[in-house]
Amino acid sequence: MGIKIGDKPYAERIQAGIENSFMRQAVSSAQGRFRSGRLKAAEELGDWEDWRTLGEEIRHHTMENLDYYLHQLSEQVEKRGGTVFFAETAEEANAYVQEVAKKKQARKVVKSKSMVTEEIGLNEALEKSGCEVVESDLGEWILQLDEDPPSHIVTPALHKNKEQIRETFANKKGYTKTDQPEELAAFAREQLRKDFLEADLGVTGCNFAVAESGAVTLVTNEGNARMVTSLPDTHIAVMGMERVVPTWEELEVVVSLLTRAAVGQKLTSYITALTGTRLEDETDGPEDFHLVIVDNGRLKILGTEFQSALHCIRCAACINACPVYRHVGGHSYGSIYPGPIGAVLTPLLDGYEDHKDLPYASTLCAACTEACPVKIPLHEHLIRHREIIVEREQRGAKSEEWMMKGFAKWASTPAAYKMSTKMARTAMKPWTKDEQIEKGPGPLKGWTESRDFPAPAKKNFREWYKQREKRRGEA
Amino acid sequence: MTVHNRTSFLDRVAENLGRERRTEVQAPVYSVQPQDRVFQGATQDELIEKLEAQCSVIHTSFDRTTRAALGDSLQKVLASFEGSRKVISAGGPRLDEFGLPGIYDELREEGFDFRIWNDQEGDVTFAEQAGVGIVFSDITLAESGTVTLFNDKHNGRSISLLPETFIAIIPKSTLVPRMTQAARVIHEQEQKGNPVSSCVSFITGPSNSADIEMNLIVGVHGPVKAAYILVEDL
Ligand code: SF4
Repeated sequence: MGIKIGDKPYAERIQAGIENSFMRQAVSSAQGRFRSGRLKAAEELGDWEDWRTLGEEIRHHTMENLDYYLHQLSEQVEKRGGTVFFAETAEEANAYVQEVAKKKQARKVVKSKSMVTEEIGLNEALEKSGCEVVESDLGEWILQLDEDPPSHIVTPALHKNKEQIRETFANKKGYTKTDQPEELAAFAREQLRKDFLEADLGVTGCNFAVAESGAVTLVTNEGNARMVTSLPDTHIAVMGMERVVPTWEELEVVVSLLTRAAVGQKLTSYITALTGTRLEDETDGPEDFHLVIVDNGRLKILGTEFQSALHCIRCAACINACPVYRHVGGHSYGSIYPGPIGAVLTPLLDGYEDHKDLPYASTLCAACTEACPVKIPLHEHLIRHREIIVEREQRGAKSEEWMMKGFAKWASTPAAYKMSTKMARTAMKPWTKDEQIEKGPGPLKGWTESRDFPAPAKKNFREWYKQREKRRGEA
Repeated sequence: MTVHNRTSFLDRVAENLGRERRTEVQAPVYSVQPQDRVFQGATQDELIEKLEAQCSVIHTSFDRTTRAALGDSLQKVLASFEGSRKVISAGGPRLDEFGLPGIYDELREEGFDFRIWNDQEGDVTFAEQAGVGIVFSDITLAESGTVTLFNDKHNGRSISLLPETFIAIIPKSTLVPRMTQAARVIHEQEQKGNPVSSCVSFITGPSNSADIEMNLIVGVHGPVKAAYILVEDL
């Protein structure tokens, strides 16, 4: 499917998101729960700021020495009987996996949830070479049955309610029981168990690879990734080139940050570290292991002012904190990477052309930056994107115009509005003068140059917007 | 060839970073170490309290027992599972250390069907049909309620995965504050030239999912129920 979802313009996708009221409610209650979980777990961990600092330092050190650590990683994987393929493009990565599948005469492939395989469109590639591909993560499986793209990194089927899921199961798999979540899950367990046992090939992503030992680590709750890496004879792990850590000591820290920031758990049910092939005297685990390390646009971020976007550990904390995401939902972003990180990353990976509206899907309230466990300055990156878009494409007026409309739409939710403006006020302080934001120095320039922008605190934004519309009407 | 396209790929990485390829990197020194402060100085018994408290969070039953009473505890837990009487257990030196062969024999007389994992054809099939899997924790993380398994020929990956329920026997001596200590052990072994096991599983309670309307569902692909039995071995 690639990184881009659908051809609808961003504004239209947003519209669809706003109209789907179940989804909006689901998203905001999910956000609430994720957020409070995260805050609670962070509190329990103590010294959360120290943890974030450590996370940032680890990611920074690793990116600065990425060639060294990727080399070490590949050496170790090789030592443990695995094969490593460095792929510059999605096509190269897919072609390699297809080739392995062909050699193994694979008919059935089981997968566990992975953003990067989604990004490179691996499923379609495998299907093209005649394989049946089964997504085994519960949420992904539901989506796959329905041919629907995911809407959230952590819980991909967030936009579906249980009645819709029951219907999908009934239509596609002959399910006859109720819409009780436990019964639905038990049905999926039974159905997928067969697939795990029959599969020739297991494909996973990789949360973190450990350079010192060659371990590929998967952080999960359901147990499907363990199935995928225990039962089929061949395991292929696909990782973005940035997903490496130097040693187990760093692994431990980023895993702790990930599980707390993502779901508020101290650790998820399963943290599984897989190294190479099974040993000669072992019975389960793959006899053949391949690690595919993917560039697909990441390399060109390295060494630029956006390098810290590569620090992302895909925890979705920024997404759960985002008032815009809360209102418009995941599909509106038109990218498999939604929310603030998606708005930063997607134009970098896939170019500004198809995604130049994304950096405007933000209030610059900085809630994302505050939530990020590895301290990526997300809102600053978004500002930079806007500047670049304005400067390079002279498209400022139109985007900003559009943004206003978007704003008006989501600002109609009082809670979202209140939340965002409260935070926005702190973010904008330096440029606030007499309730108007003057032409901001530096980063804000691209945003404020066409008109004086009202400071969104004291005066209610929606009121301001209404008044402005009225003025326009009168004019 | 088992590593493809590496040179050109990593050359480009170095080029983007604006320097030559690095063949050596000093181990970094980080400015903060919050991970070492968690439960610093806690006694083994204090760690047990933390573990027990965490078990209720992770939907896992917790029993504390002695070597002598392990058989009774095991029987009690098995009875509470009320499921299939087919049991797959990890093997290895721990088995004898905790007198399990005798205990298993007694349970066999009560109608349980035990199989010890032993790197043989049929292990996985048996595990798939078994209702219970029994493992020994190699390192136990008090903070998160996690058992660490170094999977090997005595301790297949499937034991803690395929059966509907799983029991972890936790020797008290294996308790540490958190994942930090487990990771350090693996790191130190790695530096000594002892490569890590092909699969390290950090397991925290039963499998679960929140994929349907954000409701926590306990038991998806892995075990539906989990029980920890802590054994005094110090
Ligand atoms: S940018 Fe930060 S908060 Fe957002 S997903 Fe990545 S690591 Fe998490």
